[in-house]
Amino acid sequence: MNKPLRRIGLAMMVMIVLLLANLTYVQVINADTYAKDPANTRTLLEEYSRQRGQIVSATGTILANSVETKDAQRYLRKYPDGAMYAPITGYYSSMYGTTGIEHAEDDVLNGSSAKLFVRRLSDLITGRTPQGGNVRLTIDPKTQQAAFQAMTAQHYTGAVVAIKPATGEILAMVSTPSFDPNPLASHDDNDQQTLMNQLKGDPKQVLVNRAVQEKLPPGSTFKLVVAAAALSSGTADANTPSLPADATITLPDTATTLSNFANQPCPESTNNQVSVATAIKYSCNTAFATLAGKVGKDNLTAQAAKFGIGQNDLTIPLPVVASTVGSLSDQASLYQSGIGQRDVALTPLQDAMVAATIANGGIRMQPQLVRDILAPDMSAISSFAPEEAGDPAVTKDIADQLRDMMIQSEAHTGGDGKVPGRTIASKTGTAEHGNSPKTTPPHAWYVAFAPAENPQIAVCVVVENGGNRGLAATGGSVAAGVGRATINAYLSAGG
Amino acid sequence: MSEPAGVLGAATAHVNVSGQPPTPTRRGTELTMLGFVMGLLVFAFVIILENENRTFSPDVLLYLGGLLGLFVVSHLAIRTFAPYADPLILPCAAMLNGLSVAMLYRLDPAIAHSNAAPKQMLWMVLSIAAMAGTLWLVKDHRTLARYGYTFGLVGLFLLVLPGLLPCSLSCVGGAKLWILIGPVSVQPGEFAKILIIVFVAAFLVAKRDLFTIAGRKVLGVELPRLRDTGPLLVAWAVAIGVLMIEKELGASLMFFGAVLAMIYLATERASWVWIGIVLFMGGATVAYKLFTHVQTRVTNWIDPFADAQGDGYQMVQSLFSLGSGGVVGSGFGAGHPDIVPVVSSDFIVSAFGEELGFVGLTAIVLVYLVLAMRGLRSALAVRDTFGKLLAGGLSFLLMWQVFVVVGGVSKLIPQTGLTAPFLSAGGSSLAASYIMIALLLRVSDAARRPQVARPKPHTPIAQASTVLVERPT
Repeated sequence: MNKPLRRIGLAMMVMIVLLLANLTYVQVINADTYAKDPANTRTLLEEYSRQRGQIVSATGTILANSVETKDAQRYLRKYPDGAMYAPITGYYSSMYGTTGIEHAEDDVLNGSSAKLFVRRLSDLITGRTPQGGNVRLTIDPKTQQAAFQAMTAQHYTGAVVAIKPATGEILAMVSTPSFDPNPLASHDDNDQQTLMNQLKGDPKQVLVNRAVQEKLPPGSTFKLVVAAAALSSGTADANTPSLPADATITLPDTATTLSNFANQPCPESTNNQVSVATAIKYSCNTAFATLAGKVGKDNLTAQAAKFGIGQNDLTIPLPVVASTVGSLSDQASLYQSGIGQRDVALTPLQDAMVAATIANGGIRMQPQLVRDILAPDMSAISSFAPEEAGDPAVTKDIADQLRDMMIQSEAHTGGDGKVPGRTIASKTGTAEHGNSPKTTPPHAWYVAFAPAENPQIAVCVVVENGGNRGLAATGGSVAAGVGRATINAYLSAGG
Repeated sequence: MSEPAGVLGAATAHVNVSGQPPTPTRRGTELTMLGFVMGLLVFAFVIILENENRTFSPDVLLYLGGLLGLFVVSHLAIRTFAPYADPLILPCAAMLNGLSVAMLYRLDPAIAHSNAAPKQMLWMVLSIAAMAGTLWLVKDHRTLARYGYTFGLVGLFLLVLPGLLPCSLSCVGGAKLWILIGPVSVQPGEFAKILIIVFVAAFLVAKRDLFTIAGRKVLGVELPRLRDTGPLLVAWAVAIGVLMIEKELGASLMFFGAVLAMIYLATERASWVWIGIVLFMGGATVAYKLFTHVQTRVTNWIDPFADAQGDGYQMVQSLFSLGSGGVVGSGFGAGHPDIVPVVSSDFIVSAFGEELGFVGLTAIVLVYLVLAMRGLRSALAVRDTFGKLLAGGLSFLLMWQVFVVVGGVSKLIPQTGLTAPFLSAGGSSLAASYIMIALLLRVSDAARRPQVARPKPHTPIAQASTVLVERPT
């Protein structure tokens, strides 16, 4: 029976060939499909076994790093000043993924970025354990801390953004209330779940980075944009009284009225007319509503766009939601929009950019949160270069005029934190919102830059729902103090 | 390689009366190959320690020492009881078994409450004892043929026993093919298949003529007479019965495939194979229609990703494991095969595929092929029909099981839940595998052992015939 034995041998060979052919398909031809399938948790585990890069501030303080542990996931993500930086760093969670810089610069931090290619190649050759690259932010820790403490000391809900006008570097970005991202990076799933359920249940939407992910009516701070549009289009000049000083006006084609703050007529009027400068100085609503009507939809929209309002693809590299001036469908809405109400909604970052652009002589710089991408040994791989964002928003001359108006406005603004000898140019805003605006505490805004003669820092502060002053809140009484504390921290440190 | 002659009396070569050079026992080759296997295993353990970032602990030496000791013991057992046995069979088994221990050692820390590696070492001691015992007990494989029917009955009994026992004594993980005695769980089916192969070989030798009588010719295929198909039908019925009561595809597939191959060996008639395949198709169709667990297996085979988090999870994870390994693998200890459910037994092949890659898995499959081919070679060389059937059947069974297991985890065929011989964790499977190679060793020993020359009868000078001597010229 040797013949059938040989045939059986042949059958075995055929089986082996079939097996190997199929294994070739699974392990060679189709390998990548399986290896990269999103449901294949190996990619994530692989990442956990590699030391993720650090996120550091501009001065090198560690905002996020990975420390070696003894358990199966070899590294634990730590956030030394968790809550203060959480809106920027985001979190790194095995269950909920990543947010913030952890998300935006994930490929650098986990070491898979093409920027680290040469480095990886040498790791392969030398057998060194691959490590993630590091990210250095533009954030100045002192400024960030001052802004954060000013907001949290009063339990404010809101945001602070500070920008270096000349470069667009973001010096501080605070969103409160914040959260501690450490438990979300825990190796214990229960820790992660407990915190996430708590955060998601929080009515204040703690997980939202208010500085870039939330847009609110900017109130009177928007008058800067309207004034810029008026001056640029030649609709009005700074000092000729051409705008009504009335305490109340009726909107065109409607019976709706619009009033100045506290129903006062605008001061310093000539023949019941005020100039743009005066209207800014006292934040006169009737004057600016009328001015917006004169400027017209096209001019206002164009000017807003030059400041960056409406850009829907801005990343810093955190994605920034688009700010808007609304549809401006009729004259009445144009009037209301002229004082930063109606459908106008800006992110705090956008409003800070308006101030920074004026501070920088009308040239808007691309805002940026990442200064350098660093190799694992902290040597720079690529660095942020200041970049102008399109054509100048306004001419240098108009920017200077706006600055002078803002200096006047600051002089008429109350609140804490004024330092003798330091000239701040600012504009406050007190924005009504909600279904019954008169009974809902307003959002308090403050945009500013300093020193006015040589601007080093531009800030925007928004405190939602009146902060601790309820219906009586104004931009000056609530937000200005926070803004000045931020400016002072930066300038005192010699920034 | 020169023989260390005289180390053990039995190992020394017989001197042929004809004065030809003695047949080498090739035990030295076996020892050298075992040394090579041992070297590879040391290497494997070092890589595992390095890749898993484990600190060196003395238990590694314990494992390596244990493996070395057991290899030497099995070598000595073969030297004593089957000195002419094929020299590659044991090293192939040792290679697979050693890799299995290394993989289990590597998997243990990754799987909660797992201590498969020390258990496997313990099973290995018992399995090698079983191998040596088999070699000692079965001095001549032909004696097995005498107890053919006994083996057949016992084998059948073992095969169906778990199905008859209450679930509390026989169910592990949804399959009803165990016998649970306290903390020990035994899979009698693993042993049953060997007993049944012995029985079938004995039966076929006895009734060989039955199958060779030609029946009618249909479409060029010579069909056997209908009444002669009886034994095949019985085998088919048993396979279906096992499938029905034990919900186990694997065991019935093994059983049926092996019987079919042996009938073919005995009869040299391809028609039996075709009849068998038709019967199998029929049975498979009926099983698919009747049993949801069969349907699930088939659905998971066609598209495991359709229910990747549910029924298809295991299959999908196995494919992820194999795919992530790619051509050269992640390295021993550097992958994540622990994600695959039951990776240490049914899916251990995926673990090797992930960590040693396509290259490593190919090598492992080829080691199986070498093992089976050596068995087949012994079948070719042995002189008695029973030996041929036995060795041929066992060799085919081994390869058939490898095909079904490896094909199952790599989605070539539906997954069945069989263990990979020598590789999977589990005592029954390991012991049965070692008993299997003990029988192969026994047959190969018989094949190569020189015929003991009967002493020539001393013819008295008076009865010696006269020889005509040609006168020199």
